[in-house]
Amino acid sequence: MTATAEPATGSQALDEVKIGGLGSSRPRVEDARFIRGRGNYVEDVTLPGMLHMEILRSPLAHARIKSIDTSAAWAIPGVKLVLTGEMAAQRNLAWMPTLSYDTQAVLATDKVRFQGQEVACVVAEDPYIAKDACDAIVVEYEALPPIVNPEQAVAPGAPLIRDDKAGQADNVAYQWEVGDKDGTDAAFAQADVVSKLRLHYPRSHPSPIENCGAVADFNNATGKLTVYLTSQAPHIVRAAVALIAELPEHLIRIISPDVGGGFGNKVPVYPGYVCAILCSILTAKPVKWIEDNTGNLSSTGFGRDMYLDSEMALTNDGKILAVRYHATTDQGAFYADAQPTKFKIGLVHSSFACYDVPVGHITAQGMYTNKAPGGVAYRCSFRVTEAMFFQERMMQAAADDLGMDQAEFRRRNLVRDDQFPYRTPFGFLTDSGQYLKCLQVGLDAIGYDDFLVEQAEARKQGRLLGIGISTMTEPLGAGNSREYDILGIKMFDSAELRVHPTGKAVLKIGAQTQGQGHETTFAQIVTHELGIPATDIVVEHGDTDHTPFGMGTYASRSTPVAGAATAMVARKIRAKARKLAAHLLEVSEEDVEWELGRFFVRGAESRGVTIQECAMAAYSNMPDGMEPGLENNAYYDPPNLTWPFACYIATVEVDPETGVWDVLRFVGVDDCGVRINPMIVEGQIMGGLTEAYAISNMQFQTYDVDGNLVGANYMDYLLPTAWETPGFELHEVVTPSPHHPIGAKGVGECAAVGGPAAYVNAVMDALRPTGVRNIDMPLLPDRVWHAAHTGQDVSGAPPFRTE
Amino acid sequence: MYPSRFRYEAPRTLDEALALLAEHGDEAKILAGGQSLVPMMKLRFAAPGVLVDINGVQGLAYHQEVPGGGLRVGALCRHVDLEHSAILPGAQPTMAAAAPLVADPIVRTRGTLVGSLCHADPQGDWASVMLALDGAVVAASPRGLRTIPVGEFVVGTFQNALEQDEIAVEAVVPAAQGTRSGSYLKLERRVGDFATAGVAVALESDGGRVVRAGIALTGVGPATIAAVDAQQALLGSSLEPDVVERAAELAAAVARPRTDHRGTADYKRHVVATFVRRILTAERAPAGAAA
Ligand SMILES: Cc1cc2nc3c(=O)[nH]c(=O)nc-3n(C[C@H](O)[C@H](O)[C@H](O)COP(=O)(O)OP(=O)(O)OC[C@H]3O[C@@H](n4cnc5c(N)ncnc54)[C@H](O)[C@@H]3O)c2cc1C
Repeated sequence: MTATAEPATGSQALDEVKIGGLGSSRPRVEDARFIRGRGNYVEDVTLPGMLHMEILRSPLAHARIKSIDTSAAWAIPGVKLVLTGEMAAQRNLAWMPTLSYDTQAVLATDKVRFQGQEVACVVAEDPYIAKDACDAIVVEYEALPPIVNPEQAVAPGAPLIRDDKAGQADNVAYQWEVGDKDGTDAAFAQADVVSKLRLHYPRSHPSPIENCGAVADFNNATGKLTVYLTSQAPHIVRAAVALIAELPEHLIRIISPDVGGGFGNKVPVYPGYVCAILCSILTAKPVKWIEDNTGNLSSTGFGRDMYLDSEMALTNDGKILAVRYHATTDQGAFYADAQPTKFKIGLVHSSFACYDVPVGHITAQGMYTNKAPGGVAYRCSFRVTEAMFFQERMMQAAADDLGMDQAEFRRRNLVRDDQFPYRTPFGFLTDSGQYLKCLQVGLDAIGYDDFLVEQAEARKQGRLLGIGISTMTEPLGAGNSREYDILGIKMFDSAELRVHPTGKAVLKIGAQTQGQGHETTFAQIVTHELGIPATDIVVEHGDTDHTPFGMGTYASRSTPVAGAATAMVARKIRAKARKLAAHLLEVSEEDVEWELGRFFVRGAESRGVTIQECAMAAYSNMPDGMEPGLENNAYYDPPNLTWPFACYIATVEVDPETGVWDVLRFVGVDDCGVRINPMIVEGQIMGGLTEAYAISNMQFQTYDVDGNLVGANYMDYLLPTAWETPGFELHEVVTPSPHHPIGAKGVGECAAVGGPAAYVNAVMDALRPTGVRNIDMPLLPDRVWHAAHTGQDVSGAPPFRTE
Repeated sequence: MYPSRFRYEAPRTLDEALALLAEHGDEAKILAGGQSLVPMMKLRFAAPGVLVDINGVQGLAYHQEVPGGGLRVGALCRHVDLEHSAILPGAQPTMAAAAPLVADPIVRTRGTLVGSLCHADPQGDWASVMLALDGAVVAASPRGLRTIPVGEFVVGTFQNALEQDEIAVEAVVPAAQGTRSGSYLKLERRVGDFATAGVAVALESDGGRVVRAGIALTGVGPATIAAVDAQQALLGSSLEPDVVERAAELAAAVARPRTDHRGTADYKRHVVATFVRRILTAERAPAGAAA
């Protein structure tokens, strides 16, 4: 079938949605294997002669290691290796660098610094034997006082957690500041009203369904190390392994097979990976390590655990003059934030980016505590989740202090459409948006005015109804290379496209799907650019030997960066195809026009060739002097971040007798620019709103006075089920990103970032008659009940009190 | 996770199962639905040397009414069988209310009521329900059968009254002395969560007056708690508001909750009172109507 067979009049462009281009909700191609149990996860990888590794973890939060006796473990038949920190130290691998320029123990040598820390590992013929041998290792500890919050960390006489670090005299991990202090102070001096709020954003855990794991295979004949790894960023891991383990980079191959959820938990390099690699080198056998649930929950990258102490300067008529706050982050035992920004506290200063705030000042400090390290994970661009939660809780408190309607207060302060590009008080440049329109769509959808009437009526009968709004924009798509790097490597991303002779294509990307559906949506970008049906394109990723170098998938960056690289490489292919078309059509290139799927001769539309015909010509009939083939690659360094906007509104009813609250309705309005696959976008939003609900309602990790982790298994750390998760009513507004090739913005995190404040604001609104100003998340029934009964705020900060 | 090594036995008859228990003594553990035992084994909190899986033993999967009143629940009757039972809604309202609140649908397809009683978790829902109903457990051993009232069967946290060589073959609910009513309320943070607090109320009334009352509390003490004083307060009453209030207070007073991640002790006590009040207030209308 050729285009020239078609009638001679009118456009013959393909119907983009029908062929699976932009705007097509084509089913996810990944699902075919996932729902049939044909996925391939690290746990599924089995290599000949493979051994199994198990990690012994510390039961104590803070203790000096006096001795480790491994003799009984070695004596168990089937045990091949018992590795301690002392042995790892001989290879200079007892410690490793973190992505935040700190160090982290691989296996403890001197002290243990959090409960669950890796102390030793065993390699055995099967995982049961390995576990038996771990149980047989005898470690003698001398307990030290544990520190479980920043206040304890700075108290006089507090034990020094990081006595391993030269020059570290206290428990402060970093200090940081941004904004205009003098300007902010001056603005506060002019304020009619100063609104204050203090709160704690609890620790939460990304809790991917698949825990971390690795199969490390060092071949001592070839010197090549192959590691199957649950990673969101395999290329970074390759670079890190080259740097940490001092192995030559060309002899390291990292393969991320199917990854069962990441949410930021699978960005860092963990001690377990280093141990598996070292054990494979030492045994010259493939070594498999699969983390268990408690191991994952108690030792890998968490999110939040951050304190806010804030003030907002306001005029009586509801204008924000300035904001200032101090934020304290609890980093755990090692400063291991997996974040690539130049800012110690990540992107927390993106808060208030959607409001027209003239000036602001933020100070922050990070504290070492005896808790698990790694603080910016969980569906969050490096602390934007805290930034937006703080912002939206402060907005509600300020509206209350002014006695002003929540929606009206936001309306008076949101950045207007004609202000873009807009410079925020902390120096970001937001790209585009229609904030007031989004807010209005949300208010109309929830029936705002009617709800306020219903709420007032209900209050007369003692029923507590509440409505909560959260509006926010967030910076997604790191980097640009000026401000974002990991271990010095700039935050670009990449794509490589090969079009085969028959017009079918393989796209290889540097990003790494963990459920986002890249294999579906990235094909759609190629379809949009080249008119090749999406079903004719296969997307590959996750094998560092066979895909281009990329920085991985987290922080909603794949579509903004790798997606842009995909569009750009497709355009390079189209440029070459145009030359081939000119050759086939025997006209000069300037006379060739493009419509979706086809080139044609300007002025003679019926004379055309399809992209598939061009592809065949690239291998069979190229013009003299042209290089054969139709493939190319692109590395994309984004000029700016993309700034999606969201408006989330929840209505709730609180049972005053039990403190239980139910979501009555939830409306979400997302503007993430051009939607590639609307179904997948909605899936991302629903997933995020579900996680936001979990965090606000039931889910948290905390520590008791002894440094024991509360929430170290899935009976205590709750994932919501379909039963309690509210229904979501989703709406869209589309403002393309002006600097992204296809106008798309990131969306993966918006709902998890902006969602929590909507729920919390709704419950606080319901409790307004009680005078309660803040309850820390999660708003557990007992906390709500105590607040409602005493009229007092409820803190959720650790230590967690038990009897 | 990887449990310790164990031997696995799958007897086909009760006698075979009893023989295995006799042979292996305290090394052996019965495996019923496995929904409590297997999680403990995978965490190595439990490490039995021999697992005696009774799932292949025929004739234990029943639940049936006893002629003349009462109910028998076999050792392999699953939570899900009770959830979908045709018998319970009319005959056993407290059990009918509890069945869909035990664990989550996946656990309910495997877990058993008798196993739950044997496990004696203070947060187990069935123990409260059966205690409120004045139920009992029938245990088999080489010496024959014996019947143990639930109040004596659950002796402490994760401790039951079975001898090493005994198997619980069924749980029984006695016949009611009048019209049965009652319910079960459970506060849980999420489906499949154990109770923050749970209250089972089982009433038997005659002529609109309460002739027997059972109130038992889940998750608010080291073992399932019978709220004996609250039960007493209801006898002879028609659940008048002041009686209800008094029972609620008395029930809360015997609760011995601990502050933990599910809530503070004060809160749990308050929930107990609230639930007793809610159940009894809801029961007042039908009880009165029967008069
Ligand atoms: C995720 C999850 C959530 C849960 N939530 C709840 C909840 O909300 N409420 C609740 O009540 N329960 C809950 N449970 C526990 C569940 O109800 C179990 O099914 C029940 O506690 C035990 O029954 P089983 O048949 O599974 O017993 P098993 O696990 O097989 O055995 C439990 C113990 O009893 C002994 N045993 C069992 N049967 C016999 C017998 N016939 N004779 C002698 N000894 C016996 C076993 O040896 C073992 O020690 C939950 C379980 C899970 C996994």
